[in-house]
Amino acid sequence: MDLELKDIPGQLVLALQPISDFEGNIVSVVHHRDKKTPRGMIPVQVTFEIDGAKVSDLIDKLKSGGIIVARVGEERLRERRAVILIGHIIHSDIRDTIDQIDATGYAEVMDLAMSMPGIDQRSSARLVINAAGKREMESAVELLRNIAREKDLLLIEPI
Amino acid sequence: MKKIRISIIGFGVIGSGVAKVISEKKGYIKSRHGIDLELVGIGERHGSIVCEDGIDPMEAYDLAKSREMYKHPCWKEEMSGIDVVREVNADIVIEATPTNINSGEPGLSHMMTAFKNKRHVVTSNKGPLVVAYKELKRTAEENDVQFRFEASVGGAMPVFNLVRESLQANKMLGIEGILNGTCNYILTRMSTEGLSYEHALSEAQELGIAETDPSYDVEGIDTACKLVILANAIFDMDATYKDVEVEGITGITPESLKLASDEGYAIKLIGEVRDGLRVAPRLVPKDHPLAVGGTLNVISLHTDLAGEITVTGKGAGAIETSSSILSDVINISKYEFEGT
Ligand SMILES: NC(=O)c1ccc[n+]([C@@H]2O[C@H](COP(=O)([O-])OP(=O)(O)OC[C@H]3O[C@@H](n4cnc5c(N)ncnc54)[C@H](OP(=O)(O)O)[C@@H]3O)[C@@H](O)[C@H]2O)c1
Repeated sequence: MDLELKDIPGQLVLALQPISDFEGNIVSVVHHRDKKTPRGMIPVQVTFEIDGAKVSDLIDKLKSGGIIVARVGEERLRERRAVILIGHIIHSDIRDTIDQIDATGYAEVMDLAMSMPGIDQRSSARLVINAAGKREMESAVELLRNIAREKDLLLIEPI
Repeated sequence: MKKIRISIIGFGVIGSGVAKVISEKKGYIKSRHGIDLELVGIGERHGSIVCEDGIDPMEAYDLAKSREMYKHPCWKEEMSGIDVVREVNADIVIEATPTNINSGEPGLSHMMTAFKNKRHVVTSNKGPLVVAYKELKRTAEENDVQFRFEASVGGAMPVFNLVRESLQANKMLGIEGILNGTCNYILTRMSTEGLSYEHALSEAQELGIAETDPSYDVEGIDTACKLVILANAIFDMDATYKDVEVEGITGITPESLKLASDEGYAIKLIGEVRDGLRVAPRLVPKDHPLAVGGTLNVISLHTDLAGEITVTGKGAGAIETSSSILSDVINISKYEFEGT
């Protein structure tokens, strides 16, 4: 998010506080004190993770504090995690497994690689899951754990 | 020079290995630490060697190898391991009988008896630690003697002594590692050679790395027992085997190892103490410190001050494990010496 702040003390806090208030996780802040805009404002680039549903309320809040929101760039699904599944993956309906993850709205299966040595033998699959943030990834993997338990699949997670 | 009198109970691979190392290192330990180790009793299942004036450890080792301990001039057929613990005047009892994770016996009785007779105990035997850690610790304290078990987890690797001495200002936040060399060997061979689980297992059995009945290792039970010991001794928990969530390696396919490898991961059987106790095959990035191969063990300690500390080394073997046992023996001897 690109913001423009007035050149008076205390403005940066005024800009960052609402992000925290909306439970955003600030990743980086770049403060360009030397590059004033034609309007005499100071540009600031803030990168943060936040629940997408809260973004418009956050923008309203920033505006009401006198901050100009110049640009909002969205990069969804920042977290990536690979997992392995072993078992009767096809018989236990891999499509349904993927659909359940995709249906969460905050996570999706980006890549699937399978290896099936033979009929009646257990297959192995590698799933790459993307999710909006760390918390979303945790819930997606928790969901996958439950699915694996239900379908009697062995789930191998990263350390 | 301080003379420290030692009994060894259970004279198998480890017990006799310790005798061999005592024989080889006696001079070094004397000159370096001012401690004169003297073996005075060896308790076996079907008899014992007892000699208050000292047993030549190498002679006992050789007799054990040829299964002729009864030929020793001080052989006492009617004396069992527990009698040696009770009656032989030793400062330190080294307990190296087989592990039993259900009853802890015979090791548990040996240790309790040693404490009640004011003898320090050093052990490699996980059974009693898994079944009755708190009780053992309390009894040792009540009798004002030491209880050390560095060899019970990770063989040669220092873990407990590292935490007790070098990391003593730290709070431990978590532990994870590869604690079973047999599983690590099987997974490594499956991964590098594309072998099936069954194939890699029988290879390990031929090499003497896996037991004829491998279930204790491959089902993750051994790793789980080590986690229980770590949890109790380092995190002051009151955990038992039932508290560990356990998944072994029997379900791992060569295809899964390949799929993992293509993404930059190895699959390792990892034991973890964090919020709970868990043993499971996990994906480990190939360049991660935990990604050690072959029969190696590795452990990472997460601490508040030092950050992450990782040690790796041989998790089994008579000589390697004796390194940990002797380290405990020397530590206790120094404590005895200083009387503090
Ligand atoms: N091997 C390793 O690398 C390693 C590493 C770390 C920890 N450990 C642990 O160290 C312990 C010893 O292992 P090990 O490999 O030396 O096993 P082992 O070769 O089977 O030796 C155990 C010895 O104890 C004897 N024994 C059995 N019951 C006894 C009793 N009631 N009183 C006296 N002696 C008795 C056995 O005699 P019989 O042969 O007559 O039964 C045998 O000689 C085990 O608890 C093991 O888990 C082993």
